[in-house]
Amino acid sequence: MTKLPSIGKPISRLEGRLKVTGIAKYAGEYQAPGLLYGYVVNSTITKGTIKIIDTADAKALEGVIEIFTHENRPSTAWFDFQYADMDAPPGTVFKPLKDNEIKYNGQPIALVVADTFEMARYAATQIKLAYVEEKFETDLESNIDKARKPKKGMASMLKPPPPKPAGDFEKAYESSFVQSSGEFKHGTEHHNPMEMFATTVIYEGKNRLKIYDKTQGTVNSQMYVANVFGLKMKNVQVIAPFVGGAFGSGLRPQYQLFMAVMASLALKRNVRVTLDRAQMFTFGHRPTTLQYAKFGADEKGKLNAVYHKAIGETSQFEDYTEIVVNWAGMLYPAENTLLEHRLVPLDVYSPLDMRAPGGSTGMHAVEVTMDDLAYKLNIDPVEFRLINYAEKDKSSGKEYSSKELRKCYLQAAAKFGWEKRSPEPRSMKRGNKLVGYGMATGIWDANRILARAQAIMTSDGKVEIKSAVTDIGTGTITIMTQIASDELGLPLEDITFSFADSSMPFAPIQGGSFTTATVGSAVQVACRALNKELFKKAKRDKDSGLADAAFEDAVFSDGFIFLKNSAEVKYSVQEIFAANGGKEIKTTNSSMPNPLTYGKKIKLVHSAVFVEVEVDEELGIIEVTRAVTAVAAGKIINPKTAESQILGGMIWGISKALHEETILDNQFGKYMNTNLAEYHIPVHADIHDLDVVFVEEEDDFVNDLGVKGVGEIGVVGMPPAITNAIFHATGKRINNLPIHFDKLL
Amino acid sequence: MNNFSYIKVSDAKQAIAELNGDIRNKAVAGGTNINDLLKYFVTKADKLVDINPIQEFNSIIRLDDGGVRLGALHTNADTAYDPIIEERYPLLSKAILAGASAQIRNMATNGGNLMQRTRCYYFYDISTPCNKRDPGSGCSAISGYNRIHAILGQSENCIAVFPSDMCVALAALNAQVNISGPNGERKLPFANFHRLPSETPHLDNNLIHGEVITSIDLPAEGFAENYSYLKLRDRSSYSFALVSVASAFELEQGTIKNARIALGGVAHKPWRVLEAEDFLKQKEPTRENFSQAAKIILNGAFGYEHNNFKIELAHRAIIRNCLMALYPESQRPGAKPSR
Repeated sequence: MTKLPSIGKPISRLEGRLKVTGIAKYAGEYQAPGLLYGYVVNSTITKGTIKIIDTADAKALEGVIEIFTHENRPSTAWFDFQYADMDAPPGTVFKPLKDNEIKYNGQPIALVVADTFEMARYAATQIKLAYVEEKFETDLESNIDKARKPKKGMASMLKPPPPKPAGDFEKAYESSFVQSSGEFKHGTEHHNPMEMFATTVIYEGKNRLKIYDKTQGTVNSQMYVANVFGLKMKNVQVIAPFVGGAFGSGLRPQYQLFMAVMASLALKRNVRVTLDRAQMFTFGHRPTTLQYAKFGADEKGKLNAVYHKAIGETSQFEDYTEIVVNWAGMLYPAENTLLEHRLVPLDVYSPLDMRAPGGSTGMHAVEVTMDDLAYKLNIDPVEFRLINYAEKDKSSGKEYSSKELRKCYLQAAAKFGWEKRSPEPRSMKRGNKLVGYGMATGIWDANRILARAQAIMTSDGKVEIKSAVTDIGTGTITIMTQIASDELGLPLEDITFSFADSSMPFAPIQGGSFTTATVGSAVQVACRALNKELFKKAKRDKDSGLADAAFEDAVFSDGFIFLKNSAEVKYSVQEIFAANGGKEIKTTNSSMPNPLTYGKKIKLVHSAVFVEVEVDEELGIIEVTRAVTAVAAGKIINPKTAESQILGGMIWGISKALHEETILDNQFGKYMNTNLAEYHIPVHADIHDLDVVFVEEEDDFVNDLGVKGVGEIGVVGMPPAITNAIFHATGKRINNLPIHFDKLL
Repeated sequence: MNNFSYIKVSDAKQAIAELNGDIRNKAVAGGTNINDLLKYFVTKADKLVDINPIQEFNSIIRLDDGGVRLGALHTNADTAYDPIIEERYPLLSKAILAGASAQIRNMATNGGNLMQRTRCYYFYDISTPCNKRDPGSGCSAISGYNRIHAILGQSENCIAVFPSDMCVALAALNAQVNISGPNGERKLPFANFHRLPSETPHLDNNLIHGEVITSIDLPAEGFAENYSYLKLRDRSSYSFALVSVASAFELEQGTIKNARIALGGVAHKPWRVLEAEDFLKQKEPTRENFSQAAKIILNGAFGYEHNNFKIELAHRAIIRNCLMALYPESQRPGAKPSR
């Protein structure tokens, strides 16, 4: 019998070989007859209007087919809502080439289409432009007086506004035994996946397109294209089999998709538009955010007052929000809370969810403030968390579906060797280096939404599972195959997971750490339905021995149906196919949480992060020498791909704490370091020992699989843990991220 | 298309002949910088003269005076790992290996390293004013994001820094640049090769158009006993120095006989102050004396909104690196601070 379950086994990525041998194809790599290449022209001013856009010289160049601008673009959908994608924040979606108005620096203002990429790119430099410039505002801090409440919209469902104030914060804070208050800031960050955004559109005749797109949601792109260009959904097929990282940047259709489709429809040709690295800085990003935190605790270390306010930037056209300030309330049982989130619209593009959006921002302020209180109380930071351990979510009054955070603290602390910490800052040394230990908590949502999946068994007994979901590098292909394998009782080799095609059963955008719970549940349901179908058909055979059996007693294994309580019964599914003439058996199912019960408990992933830093006392140079993260995320389907998710998140956390920032020059209203030489992320030499521990956590409430998702949690606790370790090493609290080493001089 | 001609040349004479004339005739060797500059439209070329095939430029040879000649086309990687360089000029080897990435060092050449241009953001962004790229247009960095910019020798026209690590060591070692041009051969002491921005920030160095670097000579004294290269930056590899220091000493019975200190990442050229080196002669190699030397080196330094820290950082880095030079084995890969 096949060795099952495969769930819980560290299976290597099924597509790994394709990726490392270069066989895996990405959106910008599909060839097509007579393919044309588009290159986007971006505005070099930040705000104003285009007075002249003269394309005559550029268009006269040999090999240039067409140049699209606001003056000659084909007409597209009229209404705002037709541009809205699944992840659109409240407001007015940006429409490329709509008119001559410039809303932000780097705005796409023209598309050159030529028979080579090089010619398109060169011709783009030959377009003559004259602008009328207007005064712009891109600096958050100098526009803080414009902060206002975010508008609510569809996006508020997954991103609820902060809960109402509880108790009387001011009074409680004033009378607290210890107080901690701080201001926090981080700058803009851009996703920068390795793979550039690209779209290859295959023109398949009048109003029918096959589109290879870099996206985190094939159906999302399909819907956008159909709505904007007035096509039928069934005539737009969006495919994204491999995605070279996205981190949230592919949650919304980006402008290369619009441009490529527009050109293809207008020219009736196959068209590809690829963005270059600098253009990867001309759309969504993690917003610059200012935070203010004031926490108060009593003499026993009980937190009684929590104030957390965040002011983030957004564009002038959409109210992008993220959950920044709700976390402390879900994590610590303070009686008096005041949580506020505000936005300042600036002349920038709309921000966009970037790995652990809001959570990694907010928890930086929360956990650094907690650390500061622990020092002021002279209580060990872990002990302080345990004193304030919530058994119930105070902010909503609901039970947790499961919460093994305590085990995370204890197991990670033990693995790290936290007991060797001497509490006093600057008290630990190694040669000429100050050594610091720091810890922090991580928290993230465990959401699940609607998805569909299909299971098809062919007469050879093999099964194909279909879902429109992408695999953005997370291991989704492997995990879905494992789920199907266990449900069907078939070895992994007998299962093919077909995915990332909008013509397949619906899957939502891949983000928010909800893919395994959402699509995995659909795959499980579809496979169970297939088994039921097989069972039903088997029962029709009077000699099967199953005629009186109940489905609950059936065991499916290696193409046979067994009965739990009967050793004699062994029925081959081949007999079913023999009876039906070899016709495939197909089941398609939807799966979503029960709306009546799902909201009754609060569903969260937790982590505890411990970090050691070394700081050169004389020069300030910081090294993260060790880090341990313990994660409680329900059932871990695949410890290998899950560990990779956490490790990647931890490295991103190091990046966020010490390296990563998009430099905004407010003289020009533009980003200055738009390449990977100057946009610093860690190199190998910056990464030392990283350890991941998965804590056992059973959760039969979240979904039947008991999974919560691990895409985001790895990032969340790292920046505050590093900040706290640096404080322990140096006695300095640096609350602006990234922490430049010269701040420690 | 922005068409340019491309020609491969196999000897120096041919290279000089092909480069002669239009300022947009450019030499290309490893291409690790000029290719970027062409793609960003910072530099335009009508003719690219590929000098890679010139055999006579691609070698490391011993000189009769005890020195060593580094061919202009020898790669940075081959130079850094050359047994003669590792043994006799370890300061140069360490400085090269602190720069760029393994892939870039495999392509980049010694001559090209001297010719690389600044990494100032505004120089690379053709939509912003920059006197170096477009003389007379203004300097965006002075009032912009100037964390990576100069604190020494800058002018109101340009505060860019020269990004090389290798050249900091070459400056400290008193190298000499050998040049061939339409009017024959000439030699420049390393200190006179690169220029300060002054009124002419568009000129990085004193090479005249049509000339090529043929080789770089190292004098016999390589300071192989007491040397150190320290590079301070925002990540551990593949980033340019905010401050770097090359230190080298000849010690005699506990006192300094000969001192060399050069800084990178702080000026439009590798920064050396002979007065500071003279000050250290016949002195004990102590923290106090190194601090005094640092003060002399940094005399007149001034910064801007985002790079003021470089003055104090450079002071500390000089002291630290001079102390590290007393114990060269304390050097770590990537020219990190000693443990």
